[in-house]
Amino acid sequence: MAEVIKVGMADLKTGKAPDSLTTIGLGSCCGVTLYDPVSKIGGLAHVMLPDSTAIKNNSNIAKFADTGIQELYDQVIKLGASKIRLVAKIAGGAKMFEVSGAAAATINVGERNAQASRDKLKQLGVKIVAEDTGLNYGRTVILDCNTGDYTIKAVGKDPKVI
Amino acid sequence: MNLENVSDMYCDVLKEIGNIGAGNATTAIASMLGVKVDMKVPSVKFMDVSEMGGALGDEEAMVVGIFLEVELDINGSMMFIMDMDSAHFLVNSLMMRDKSYMEDFDEMDLSAIKEIGNIIAASYLSALSGLTGMTISPSVPYLAIDMAAAILSVPAIQFGVMGDNALMIQTEFGDDYQVKGSFILMPDEDSYDKILKSLGVVM
Repeated sequence: MAEVIKVGMADLKTGKAPDSLTTIGLGSCCGVTLYDPVSKIGGLAHVMLPDSTAIKNNSNIAKFADTGIQELYDQVIKLGASKIRLVAKIAGGAKMFEVSGAAAATINVGERNAQASRDKLKQLGVKIVAEDTGLNYGRTVILDCNTGDYTIKAVGKDPKVI
Repeated sequence: MNLENVSDMYCDVLKEIGNIGAGNATTAIASMLGVKVDMKVPSVKFMDVSEMGGALGDEEAMVVGIFLEVELDINGSMMFIMDMDSAHFLVNSLMMRDKSYMEDFDEMDLSAIKEIGNIIAASYLSALSGLTGMTISPSVPYLAIDMAAAILSVPAIQFGVMGDNALMIQTEFGDDYQVKGSFILMPDEDSYDKILKSLGVVM
């Protein structure tokens, strides 16, 4: 029986076919997936902030792009995914409000989350095969561990598979 | 400072701000819409940042979020979130339309929602300003209509920068229809201390 594993905010989970992994309503956060198409092992991290070293209170490693993606990588490798076959997909990192003033820097955290995720994946040597980031709307994402398909649902839009 | 150390007294103070703010908002909306409006005592919720997406119920439910920056004595931002039914009710009242009108919002409606959000936000800010004796000025309102979890990720991230906890004031006001909304104040780290000091709260 295939299970749908829910990943919360600032959380990460791993799964194996036939399971799928989902996170609901990504706003400025990023949903970063790692997937090995042969062992069909996948992982999904819901990243909230780009950099753990920029913040004092960083005990929750899943919250940050740098530490969260590292942890996700370690977990899928431990489960038996191959470092060479591992591919990544990124979704989210939206700018929910068109703020122009002083708060713009924090509101634009979406783009910084996406960039920090790309940087971390590059450092780990994981290829990013698809991306759906930016713009101004929320996304619900589902990673199917059978196929590696990453489905993105948004309000008023047709579901998109990347 | 860490939000985890927030005392009961601070929660009480926030509740009081929520109370006065909801009172101010109720009066303002009643006079604008020309209807009798009543309000309930708000509740202050203290939660883990990771739970914030589901704080209003269904994470995928559409909500209206109004975001404003605040500056002068306190720097940071604030947000007012209401469900779609509440937004439809307020806009229909303002536009003098039938209550059953549920079409998608047009440009005029969105502008009306912004204005309502502005009034509600200003009501809370004036409560906060009255209690603390500080001058607080809001920016123009920014509006987004999307999934609750996506809208709430904005305050969650702002709180996430400081720690793992977030504070939310939930309020209801209305007469025959109860408008359900939540108010979130996100002062930056220095401003937290300022608010607490001005209220005489010793941490």
